[in-house]
Amino acid sequence: MPDKLSLLGLLPEQSVLVNASARDWRTAIRLAGEGLILGGAATAAYSDEMIATVEQLGPYIVIAPGLALAHSRPSPAVRRTGLSWVSLQEPVHFGHRDNDPVRLVVGLAATDHNQHTAALGSLAQLLGAPERMEELLTAPDAATVRHLIGNFDPEVPS
Amino acid sequence: MKILTVCGMGVGSSIILKMNVEKALRSLGVTADVEVADIGTARGAAAGADLVVTSGELAPQLGELKAKIVVIDNLVNVDLIARALEAALSEAR
Repeated sequence: MPDKLSLLGLLPEQSVLVNASARDWRTAIRLAGEGLILGGAATAAYSDEMIATVEQLGPYIVIAPGLALAHSRPSPAVRRTGLSWVSLQEPVHFGHRDNDPVRLVVGLAATDHNQHTAALGSLAQLLGAPERMEELLTAPDAATVRHLIGNFDPEVPS
Repeated sequence: MKILTVCGMGVGSSIILKMNVEKALRSLGVTADVEVADIGTARGAAAGADLVVTSGELAPQLGELKAKIVVIDNLVNVDLIARALEAALSEAR
Protein backbone atom coordinates (compact mmCIF):
# COMPACT_ATOMS: atom_id res chain seq x y z
CA MET A 1 0.00 0.00 0.00
CA PRO A 2 1.38 3.40 -0.89
CA ASP A 3 1.69 6.05 1.80
CA LYS A 4 -1.72 7.72 2.23
CA LEU A 5 -0.34 11.17 1.43
CA SER A 6 1.97 10.11 -1.40
CA LEU A 7 1.13 10.94 -4.98
CA LEU A 8 -0.23 7.44 -5.56
CA GLY A 9 -1.96 7.40 -2.18
CA LEU A 10 -3.88 10.57 -3.03
CA LEU A 11 -4.81 9.41 -6.53
CA PRO A 12 -7.07 6.33 -6.40
CA GLU A 13 -7.84 4.53 -9.64
CA GLN A 14 -11.43 5.83 -9.76
CA SER A 15 -10.06 9.38 -9.83
CA VAL A 16 -8.09 8.77 -13.03
CA LEU A 17 -9.79 9.36 -16.38
CA VAL A 18 -7.86 8.85 -19.62
CA ASN A 19 -8.67 9.93 -23.19
CA ALA A 20 -11.52 12.11 -22.00
CA SER A 21 -13.46 14.50 -24.21
CA ALA A 22 -14.05 18.06 -23.08
CA ARG A 23 -15.41 20.82 -25.30
CA ASP A 24 -13.93 23.65 -23.24
CA TRP A 25 -11.87 24.38 -20.10
CA ARG A 26 -14.90 24.46 -17.82
CA THR A 27 -15.89 20.95 -18.91
CA ALA A 28 -12.30 19.79 -18.42
CA ILE A 29 -12.27 21.17 -14.87
CA ARG A 30 -15.66 19.53 -14.18
CA LEU A 31 -14.19 16.18 -15.23
CA ALA A 32 -11.33 16.72 -12.78
CA GLY A 33 -13.99 17.61 -10.18
CA GLU A 34 -15.83 14.34 -10.93
CA GLY A 35 -12.60 12.48 -10.23
CA LEU A 36 -12.28 14.20 -6.86
CA ILE A 37 -15.91 13.33 -6.05
CA LEU A 38 -15.43 9.68 -7.05
CA GLY A 39 -12.30 9.50 -4.89
CA GLY A 40 -14.19 10.92 -1.91
CA ALA A 41 -12.02 14.07 -1.76
CA ALA A 42 -14.63 16.71 -2.59
CA THR A 43 -18.31 17.43 -3.15
CA ALA A 44 -19.84 18.82 -6.34
CA ALA A 45 -19.60 22.37 -5.04
CA TYR A 46 -15.81 22.16 -5.28
CA SER A 47 -16.01 21.92 -9.09
CA ASP A 48 -17.79 25.29 -9.12
CA GLU A 49 -15.12 26.70 -6.81
CA MET A 50 -12.30 25.51 -9.11
CA ILE A 51 -14.02 27.14 -12.09
CA ALA A 52 -14.63 30.36 -10.13
CA THR A 53 -10.91 30.49 -9.28
CA VAL A 54 -10.04 30.68 -12.98
CA GLU A 55 -12.84 33.17 -13.65
CA GLN A 56 -11.51 35.44 -10.90
CA LEU A 57 -7.75 35.09 -11.26
CA GLY A 58 -7.25 33.93 -14.83
CA PRO A 59 -5.75 30.72 -16.22
CA TYR A 60 -2.66 30.80 -13.97
CA ILE A 61 -3.49 27.19 -12.99
CA VAL A 62 -1.97 26.15 -16.33
CA ILE A 63 1.43 25.71 -14.69
CA ALA A 64 3.41 24.22 -17.57
CA PRO A 65 2.91 23.59 -21.29
CA GLY A 66 -0.12 21.31 -21.62
CA LEU A 67 -0.66 20.95 -17.86
CA ALA A 68 -3.38 22.48 -15.68
CA LEU A 69 -3.45 22.07 -11.90
CA ALA A 70 -7.14 22.68 -11.21
CA HIS A 71 -7.75 23.68 -7.60
CA SER A 72 -9.36 26.12 -5.26
CA ARG A 73 -8.74 26.84 -1.60
CA PRO A 74 -9.58 24.62 1.38
CA SER A 75 -13.36 24.90 1.92
CA PRO A 76 -16.35 22.95 3.27
CA ALA A 77 -16.58 21.37 -0.22
CA VAL A 78 -13.28 19.57 0.44
CA ARG A 79 -13.84 16.31 2.34
CA ARG A 80 -10.21 15.24 2.41
CA THR A 81 -6.98 15.95 0.59
CA GLY A 82 -6.92 14.23 -2.78
CA LEU A 83 -5.98 14.39 -6.45
CA SER A 84 -7.63 13.52 -9.75
CA TRP A 85 -6.24 13.05 -13.24
CA VAL A 86 -7.88 13.79 -16.60
CA SER A 87 -5.97 13.26 -19.85
CA LEU A 88 -7.74 14.77 -22.83
CA GLN A 89 -8.15 13.20 -26.23
CA GLU A 90 -8.34 16.65 -27.83
CA PRO A 91 -6.41 19.46 -26.13
CA VAL A 92 -8.42 22.33 -24.66
CA HIS A 93 -7.60 26.05 -24.54
CA PHE A 94 -7.64 27.78 -21.16
CA GLY A 95 -6.60 31.18 -22.53
CA HIS A 96 -3.03 30.95 -21.21
CA ARG A 97 -0.45 33.03 -23.05
CA ASP A 98 2.30 30.39 -23.14
CA ASN A 99 1.08 27.03 -21.92
CA ASP A 100 -2.04 26.35 -24.01
CA PRO A 101 -3.42 23.99 -25.16
CA VAL A 102 -3.95 21.76 -22.14
CA ARG A 103 -3.71 17.98 -22.49
CA LEU A 104 -3.68 17.00 -18.83
CA VAL A 105 -5.78 18.38 -15.98
CA VAL A 106 -4.75 17.36 -12.46
CA GLY A 107 -7.38 18.22 -9.87
CA LEU A 108 -6.31 19.07 -6.32
CA ALA A 109 -8.51 19.27 -3.24
CA ALA A 110 -6.64 20.32 -0.12
CA THR A 111 -7.79 20.49 3.50
CA ASP A 112 -4.85 22.68 4.50
CA HIS A 113 -1.68 24.22 3.10
CA ASN A 114 0.75 21.44 3.99
CA GLN A 115 -0.59 17.89 3.82
CA HIS A 116 -0.22 17.57 0.07
CA THR A 117 3.20 19.22 -0.23
CA ALA A 118 5.20 16.04 -0.76
CA ALA A 119 2.71 14.69 -3.31
CA LEU A 120 2.83 17.94 -5.29
CA GLY A 121 6.62 17.78 -5.23
CA SER A 122 6.52 14.29 -6.71
CA LEU A 123 3.94 15.40 -9.27
CA ALA A 124 6.11 18.33 -10.37
CA GLN A 125 9.13 16.05 -10.74
CA LEU A 126 7.08 13.43 -12.54
CA LEU A 127 5.71 15.88 -15.09
CA GLY A 128 8.84 18.02 -15.26
CA ALA A 129 10.34 15.59 -17.75
CA PRO A 130 8.54 16.01 -21.11
CA GLU A 131 9.17 12.39 -22.16
CA ARG A 132 7.51 11.11 -18.99
CA MET A 133 4.56 13.46 -19.50
CA GLU A 134 4.24 12.06 -23.03
CA GLU A 135 4.29 8.47 -21.78
CA LEU A 136 1.62 9.25 -19.19
CA LEU A 137 -0.54 11.07 -21.74
CA THR A 138 -0.56 8.06 -24.04
CA ALA A 139 -1.33 5.56 -21.26
CA PRO A 140 -4.37 3.57 -22.41
CA ASP A 141 -6.12 3.26 -19.05
CA ALA A 142 -6.19 4.37 -15.42
CA ALA A 143 -4.32 1.31 -14.17
CA THR A 144 -1.42 2.06 -16.54
CA VAL A 145 -1.27 5.68 -15.37
CA ARG A 146 -1.05 4.54 -11.76
CA HIS A 147 1.47 1.85 -12.66
CA LEU A 148 3.72 4.44 -14.37
CA ILE A 149 3.40 6.76 -11.39
CA GLY A 150 4.18 3.88 -9.04
CA ASN A 151 7.37 3.09 -10.99
CA PHE A 152 8.53 6.67 -10.73
CA ASP A 153 10.92 7.18 -7.87
CA PRO A 154 11.13 10.86 -6.93
CA GLU A 155 14.44 12.14 -5.61
CA VAL A 156 14.16 12.92 -1.93
CA PRO A 157 14.61 16.63 -1.30
CA SER A 158 17.88 17.30 0.48
CA MET B 1 17.70 36.79 1.34
CA LYS B 2 13.94 36.28 1.32
CA ILE B 3 12.00 35.07 -1.68
CA LEU B 4 8.22 34.97 -1.90
CA THR B 5 6.38 32.65 -4.30
CA VAL B 6 2.84 33.73 -5.12
CA CYS B 7 -0.13 31.86 -6.56
CA GLY B 8 -3.86 32.42 -6.49
CA MET B 9 -4.74 30.31 -3.49
CA GLY B 10 -1.42 29.50 -1.83
CA VAL B 11 -2.14 25.76 -1.91
CA GLY B 12 -1.28 24.54 -5.41
CA SER B 13 1.02 26.19 -7.86
CA SER B 14 2.85 28.31 -5.27
CA ILE B 15 3.83 25.16 -3.39
CA ILE B 16 5.24 23.61 -6.56
CA LEU B 17 6.90 26.92 -7.34
CA LYS B 18 8.41 27.12 -3.83
CA MET B 19 9.91 23.63 -4.06
CA ASN B 20 11.31 24.24 -7.52
CA VAL B 21 12.67 27.68 -6.58
CA GLU B 22 14.44 26.01 -3.64
CA LYS B 23 15.87 23.38 -5.97
CA ALA B 24 16.97 26.03 -8.46
CA LEU B 25 18.64 28.04 -5.67
CA ARG B 26 20.52 24.94 -4.53
CA SER B 27 21.81 24.42 -8.06
CA LEU B 28 22.93 28.06 -8.10
CA GLY B 29 24.53 27.76 -4.65
CA VAL B 30 22.33 30.54 -3.26
CA THR B 31 20.87 30.41 0.25
CA ALA B 32 17.48 32.03 0.81
CA ASP B 33 14.27 31.69 2.77
CA VAL B 34 11.43 30.86 0.40
CA GLU B 35 7.90 31.58 1.56
CA VAL B 36 4.46 31.07 0.00
CA ALA B 37 1.66 33.61 -0.29
CA ASP B 38 -1.67 33.80 -2.10
CA ILE B 39 -2.54 36.74 -4.31
CA GLY B 40 -4.70 38.30 -1.57
CA THR B 41 -1.90 38.51 1.01
CA ALA B 42 1.07 38.79 -1.34
CA ARG B 43 1.41 42.57 -1.24
CA GLY B 44 1.82 42.58 2.54
CA ALA B 45 4.01 39.49 2.57
CA ALA B 46 6.23 40.97 -0.15
CA ALA B 47 7.21 43.91 2.09
CA GLY B 48 10.27 42.12 3.48
CA ALA B 49 11.09 40.09 0.38
CA ASP B 50 14.01 40.62 -2.00
CA LEU B 51 12.39 38.74 -4.85
CA VAL B 52 8.81 37.83 -5.65
CA VAL B 53 8.33 34.86 -7.97
CA THR B 54 4.98 34.33 -9.70
CA SER B 55 3.35 33.45 -13.01
CA GLY B 56 2.79 35.80 -15.92
CA GLU B 57 -0.95 35.57 -15.32
CA LEU B 58 -0.72 36.80 -11.73
CA ALA B 59 2.17 39.27 -11.95
CA PRO B 60 0.04 42.18 -13.24
CA GLN B 61 -2.40 41.64 -10.34
CA LEU B 62 0.36 42.29 -7.81
CA GLY B 63 0.75 45.90 -8.87
CA GLU B 64 3.86 47.91 -8.04
CA LEU B 65 6.17 46.28 -5.49
CA LYS B 66 9.46 47.31 -3.98
CA ALA B 67 10.80 43.79 -4.48
CA LYS B 68 11.80 42.67 -7.96
CA ILE B 69 9.19 40.43 -9.59
CA VAL B 70 10.39 37.35 -11.44
CA VAL B 71 7.87 35.86 -13.86
CA ILE B 72 7.89 32.08 -14.37
CA ASP B 73 5.52 30.45 -16.84
CA ASN B 74 6.70 26.85 -16.59
CA LEU B 75 6.60 25.93 -12.92
CA VAL B 76 7.90 22.37 -13.37
CA ASN B 77 11.06 23.22 -15.32
CA VAL B 78 13.75 23.73 -12.67
CA ASP B 79 16.43 24.70 -15.24
CA LEU B 80 14.31 27.54 -16.62
CA ILE B 81 13.54 28.72 -13.08
CA ALA B 82 17.27 28.66 -12.23
CA ARG B 83 18.07 30.77 -15.29
CA ALA B 84 15.38 33.34 -14.49
CA LEU B 85 16.51 33.57 -10.84
CA GLU B 86 20.17 33.85 -11.85
CA ALA B 87 19.34 36.75 -14.16
CA ALA B 88 17.26 38.51 -11.50
CA LEU B 89 19.92 38.04 -8.81
CA SER B 90 22.74 39.36 -10.95
CA GLU B 91 20.64 42.42 -11.79
CA ALA B 92 19.91 43.00 -8.11
CA ARG B 93 23.59 42.97 -7.19
